[in-house]
Order: sequence, then C-alpha cells, then structure tokens
Amino acid sequence: MIRTPAGRLFWARRLAQMVLVVLGIGTVNFLLLHLAPGDAAQVLAGESGSASPEYLAALRRQFGLDQPFPVQFGHYILRLVTFDLGFSHRQGLPVATLILDRLPATLLLMSASIGLAVLLGCALGFLAARRAGGLADALISGLALLFYATPVFWVGLMLTVVFAVWLDWFPVGGMRAIGATSGPGAILDIAHHLVLPATTLGLFYMATYTRLMRASVLDVQDRDFVRTARAKGLADGRIAWRHVLRNATLPVVTTVGVQVGSILGGAVLVETVFAWPGLGRLAFEALFQRDLNLLLGILFLSSILVGVANLAVDLAYARLDPRIGLQG
Amino acid sequence: MSRRCFLLGTAAAVAALAFAGPAAAQTPRRGGILSAIVQPEPVTLTSAINTAAPTGFISGNVFDGLVDYDLDLKPRPALAESWEIAPDALSITFRLRRGVKWHDGKPFTAADVKWTLENVWKTIHPRNQATFGRVRAVETPDDHTVILRLSEPSLAILSSVNANGAQILPKHLYEGTDILSNPYNNKPVGTGAFVFKEWSRGSHIVLERNPDYWDKDKPYLDRIVFRVIPDAAARAAALEKGEVQYAAFSPVPLKDAERLAKLPMLRVETRGYEWLSPWLFFDLNVDNPQLKDVRVRRAIAHAIDRQAIARIVWYGFGKPAISPVPSTLAAFHDETVPQYPFDPKRAEALLDEAGFTRGPDGVRFSLTHDFLPYGDDYKRTGEYLKQALKRVGIEVTIRSQDTASFTKRVYGDRDFDISSTWFAAFSDPQVGVTRAYWSGWIGKNTPWTNGSGYRNPEIDGLIAQAQGEADQAKRIALFKQFQQIVQRDLPSIPLIELRFFSLHAADLKDVVTRGDQIYGSLKNAWFDGPRADSKSTEAKNTEAKSN
Repeated sequence: MIRTPAGRLFWARRLAQMVLVVLGIGTVNFLLLHLAPGDAAQVLAGESGSASPEYLAALRRQFGLDQPFPVQFGHYILRLVTFDLGFSHRQGLPVATLILDRLPATLLLMSASIGLAVLLGCALGFLAARRAGGLADALISGLALLFYATPVFWVGLMLTVVFAVWLDWFPVGGMRAIGATSGPGAILDIAHHLVLPATTLGLFYMATYTRLMRASVLDVQDRDFVRTARAKGLADGRIAWRHVLRNATLPVVTTVGVQVGSILGGAVLVETVFAWPGLGRLAFEALFQRDLNLLLGILFLSSILVGVANLAVDLAYARLDPRIGLQG
Repeated sequence: MSRRCFLLGTAAAVAALAFAGPAAAQTPRRGGILSAIVQPEPVTLTSAINTAAPTGFISGNVFDGLVDYDLDLKPRPALAESWEIAPDALSITFRLRRGVKWHDGKPFTAADVKWTLENVWKTIHPRNQATFGRVRAVETPDDHTVILRLSEPSLAILSSVNANGAQILPKHLYEGTDILSNPYNNKPVGTGAFVFKEWSRGSHIVLERNPDYWDKDKPYLDRIVFRVIPDAAARAAALEKGEVQYAAFSPVPLKDAERLAKLPMLRVETRGYEWLSPWLFFDLNVDNPQLKDVRVRRAIAHAIDRQAIARIVWYGFGKPAISPVPSTLAAFHDETVPQYPFDPKRAEALLDEAGFTRGPDGVRFSLTHDFLPYGDDYKRTGEYLKQALKRVGIEVTIRSQDTASFTKRVYGDRDFDISSTWFAAFSDPQVGVTRAYWSGWIGKNTPWTNGSGYRNPEIDGLIAQAQGEADQAKRIALFKQFQQIVQRDLPSIPLIELRFFSLHAADLKDVVTRGDQIYGSLKNAWFDGPRADSKSTEAKNTEAKSN
C-alpha cells in the first residue's frame, strides 16, 4: 500500500503525527516531573541516613542538577531528537542499558500473560455467548467478574501462598534460580518461575477479554449478514467460525493494542509481588528516587510504542474488515 | 584513657566465637550457599560514598574496617592490629595488619588509608566530615603505620572506623578518577571475606568466598546471594519456605514477625544493631505559633503514652526512650533528665496555662503531622499521635508523601508542625545525636539534621566543646548536660529506642557476633546441617528439573 500515492500520504501523515506527539509528550513529561518536590540528590542523601551540604553539592554537580532549568531542558530536547536516552546518575549506568536489561523480562511476562488472556478470554467469551443465559454462561461470566474485581496483588499473594508455600510447586519469586546459567535447563527454569506471575496477570486480563468477546459475539450474532448466512443454509459451526468470530474480534484487537502500548509500563504490582525484574518496577522506583533521566527514558520509549501499537491496530482493522480503509 | 593497646587478631577471633554463646561450642562447618534478602535494592555497593542501609549491609562483606565493634561497642582489631592515642590526644596511630591483599591481588597499605581519608572521609563522605574534619595531616612512616595528626582532639574517631563508618577504598583504582562516578563503586574491590561476583539489577547480587582472606579458615560460607524481593508478604513467604535464610532491617511487617518467630525453622534476632542505636522521635516545629511555647511541647509529651507506642504500635519491638541519647550508649546516657510521664490531665493543665483553652467544639488548636514515609509502622505512630492529642483537645491532620517530598518539607521548606523520624545515634552521640539539635543545620535542606528549628547558643557551645575535648570523662559530663537542656526545652520528643530485628534460618549459626553486625561481615556465619554441603535449594530445584 506504500506504493500508491494514497498509501504514501497515509504513512507520511502518520509518521509526522507520531513525531509531534512523541515530542509533545516528552516536553510535558519533563515539565511535570520537574514540578515534583525534591530531587535525586536529596533522595540519595535521605536514604543515606546522613548528609552534609558538601555531599549534596557534590551529588548535584555530578547529576547536572546545578545547571539552570532552561539549560537542563535544552539538553533534554537535544537528546530526545538524537535518540540519546542519557545517563542514570543514581544507578551509574546509561539509561539505554538499564532499559535493555529489563526489557526481556518484561516482554516475556507481558507476552505470556496477554497471550494466555487473549486465547482463554476469546474462547471463554465465545463459549459464553453461544450458550447465553445457560449454566456455562453464568459460570464463565461469574468467574470473569470475580477475577476482574479481585485486586491483582491479592490474587498474586494467594497463588504464592497456595502454590509456592503450601504445595511447593513453584518458587516464591524471581525470574531464574541463581547459578543456573544456560541450556535447556535455564529455559525450563525461567518457565517455572514464569507460571505464577503470568497466571496472575493473565487472569486479570482474561476477565476483560472474556467480557468483551461475549458482548461482541452477542452483538454480531444478530446482524443481517449472519441471518443471511443462516438463510443460505450454512452449517452453524461454519457461520460461527467464518462470520461471527472474525467480526467479533475487532474490539478485542483494539484492547490488545492498548495493552501492548502499555507493555513498557509493565505491571508494577505483579512485578513487585513476584520480585520479577521488569520495567514496571524500574519506572516505579525511578519515580520515587527522582531518577528523572531514567523515568523520562522509559516514558519516551513508551510513547513511541503506543504510537506504533496504534498504527498496528489500524492496519489489523483493515485486514480483518476490508470495509475499513486506511486514512491518515 | 590516654593510651590503649589491644589484642592481636587471633585472640580477637577466639573472643568472637565466645560471644556467640552456647552455639560456639560446636565447630563451624565449611560450605554452603546463603540466600539473603536485601531490600530495597542498593544504589551502589560502596559505603564510602553512600551510607544507606542496603549498601552497608552488602558492602561490609566485601570491605574490612580498621576495626570491628563487639556487642559492647568496644573496638576489636580488623585491618588495624592495634592503635594508640597520644597522651595529648592530638595524634592517633594505627598499626595495620601485614600481608592483606585487595581482591585484585594488590597489597593493602597505609597509602590506601591516607588517600581515602583525605579524598573521601574528609570531603564527600555524607557523615564523616564532622568526625574527621580535625585531622590536620596523615603520616605514613611505613606501609603499615598510619598516624593521624589532629588540630584538636577528636575522640569520636575511634567510634567510626569500621567498614561502614570509614570504609577504605583501593587507592590504585580510585586515584585521579571522579570518585562518585567511579565504576568500581558498583563492582567493589575490597579486602573482605567475600569477593564481589555479579549484580543483576532488580534481581540479585552475588558474593563469592575469598580464598585468600587474611583471617585464615574464614569465611565458612562458599557464597552469599542477596536477593531483591520488593514485596513484604513475598519476603515472609520466601523465609517461611526456606528459599531465603537471612533477612535484616525488620524485613517483614511487625505482625508477621510475631507469627514467623513461632516457626521452628526460623529465629528472630535483635542483636547486631547496637552500633546503630536507633531512636524514634517527634520533631516539633518551634517556629509554629503554638509549638514555640515550651509548655505546649511539654503538654504534648505528657499526652503521649510511650509505653503504649512501644507495646502496641511497635509490637514490643522498642523500648520507651527518655533521652535522645539511647540507653545502649551506656556511658553517655543520662537517666536523670527531666521526664514527662503519661498524664493527660497535666497536659491539659499546661495547655490551659499557655492560654490555649478549649473552644466551644472542644478543640484548642489544630496541627499537622507528617510521618516518616517508611511504611505502616510510622503511619500507625502518627495515628496514635492523632488520637492521643485529640484527648487533650488538639486536632491533628495526618499528611503523607514520598521521601523526597518529606525531606524537602521538613529540612528545606520547614512547612510542617510535627514530623516523625528515627536517627541512628551510633556509638558516640557526637556522630548521631547532636545533628538533631545543632542550630547550624536549620533550613539547609540537608536530610536528617535539625528538623525542629531549635536554636540554643548554649547547646551549640556544648556540642563544640564536646567535639574538641580530649578527656572522655569530661566529654561524658558535657553530653549529660546537653541531654538535661534539650529534655528541658523539648524541641524533639524521644519516643522509643527502636529494636530492629533480623530473621534467619535456625540452622544458620553465628549470624551475629558483633555490635555492628548489620553493616559487618558474615565471615563467622555457617550452616549447621545439610545446607552446608548442598547447593542452594534453587540450584537443587534446577538440577532436578534438568535431569
């Protein structure tokens, strides 16, 4: 589609929009975060349990916090434009390194839980809608409501108590056993550690997808084209698969897109409960530590990801439903 | 105390075993991997540039101090085999242990001590500038002797030369670099019993046994893995399951500690924090129109039942405090200071006398309270304060915020009425206590200093005098006078002497052998049982799975 003039226009417009949005978000982030009281040097000194003005001054000099605000802002914008995420003075490492370090853990947890949620959620939602009003529907809807309403950290803690402490099937937390290095053993080990956090998060997301899918299928089932298909004498299963399911997944795709966009934000609660070394915790801690370079770096990448995910959703729409065209 | 000589290291090691009580009768076993919890994750692993608790907890295993402190806070030889103070107290000589090597194989010498003192302790160390500020010159007549020449006596030095108070950095890796951003801060090279191996951020830090450690046969453990477990309930679960065998700094909520203490495979330990000697107190902002009246401050003290705070709010993990110098600093602590027993009637009488009578709604005036944002225990203390003051007609609004906002509000903007916090007194009040009362700190935006805004030239004078006093008996007298005055004026109300606790597996022996254990080395710790010859439970699980 990039070959046609309309396609080129679409891409050019979307890219220009994205650049503007990302820059705008970056500026707002920077200004907002600088409104927060206290700075990184003060947090460090606070954690030290003791401090002196000389120590604070040395830290501020090291962090570049002694420079006037416009200079700091100028440096920041310059870095944004050149994709330089800067240096986390608190951690003593480049922001890019810190993020890349945590990225695999986050991607693994999010893809496992979103994957689980989409598959199970769609299947259950579809089933519930097909048996609307029946026992299966009541059971599934009740379950979905329960998981949707239960705080995710509580589910996590309960799963830990039952499956890690009482039954001793899974480790309490962490991502891998220390000492296990490589090979198939390491992959199994990580999978073993992944089960509880991915289930916890997956159950929460699953509830959303189940409810969405059920409502959507019920809606599509009564559309004219389904009636037409039925009138043509198509088999019930074929109608459900070809006509209903495909059209009913559109809202689900939207939601997946939104969730993929928030991947970098991670899942602070689940990561905390299971000591999962993901990006959510990194961002959360950076906020409390006033590690602005790190936090701005994570937010910057998040905003790019949201933009890309939105684009992907639009493309997926066009594929799922040919009536929807690509428009800038 | 003009001249003191001490035993050699071997004798000290024997003494160390004797401290551990009955368990010491058994011979320690070599081997085993200790999984410990460090929380929160440290910023850096070098205490010389960051004195935060998690940093010190790990760093004390990688570095040695010139001395350690025993459970009575008396110095014991470590990197310094002996030391002496000149009769005029104007010079202190340390004789260093021979044959000690940094983990990279370079010899440890007097030059390292001299360089660190001049470039770190005296300049950028967050706590030591007051302590080492009087060091005029450092002489190193040979590789194993360090002589500090002082402009005025400074007896507090001998209370802060362990691996946390005055950590010695390897000169050959730091000289000529930007110390605060030197990469070795995060992959430390020390002389200690354990060698830094790996730091996987957000997950764990691994230390390995130092096979060339100067204290022969030690350490007993093969490896220590410090795991970052951010959630308190998950920490409790990991301890309960035995996945983790050691955690310090009150790692689980107090109510969980009660439950875990009853389990046969876990032990609760409150020793090892003596060198810190933490006490909890309220700072009353003396610039507040009501709180500037000493009668109001005394009334508030009378309205608070410190017994109840210790017993109920803190589940018994504390002891009512009567003075800002905790009783663990036995020589300095003064029991005869003015006291304010729990007496709401007396509190009401004092408030009436100060002219703050109850209004038609029963309220005399309103105050705000900002509690230390370090968790529920401080919040509950604030809720107790609210209830206690409501009884005597003072309405309290509790405010919460994160740490950065808290320190800026209290120590920078001074925009608060009553705040709560705890300080470590350390083993000499000059290091940890006087900072809360010295007027020079007011409004400097320096965390954990004079929060109340108390200005008293007499107190400033006493602090200066005690700092430069060569005779310990006279210093003690000065500090007692200091306590009398600050407890009379009451800018801060000492509440309880906090008792932090550690949890450890029952088969982990000799976890605590020192008064500064929490910032010291686990070189004496060993496993009594199968954990000594096995790998960690996690490693076993992995093996089982891959088989």
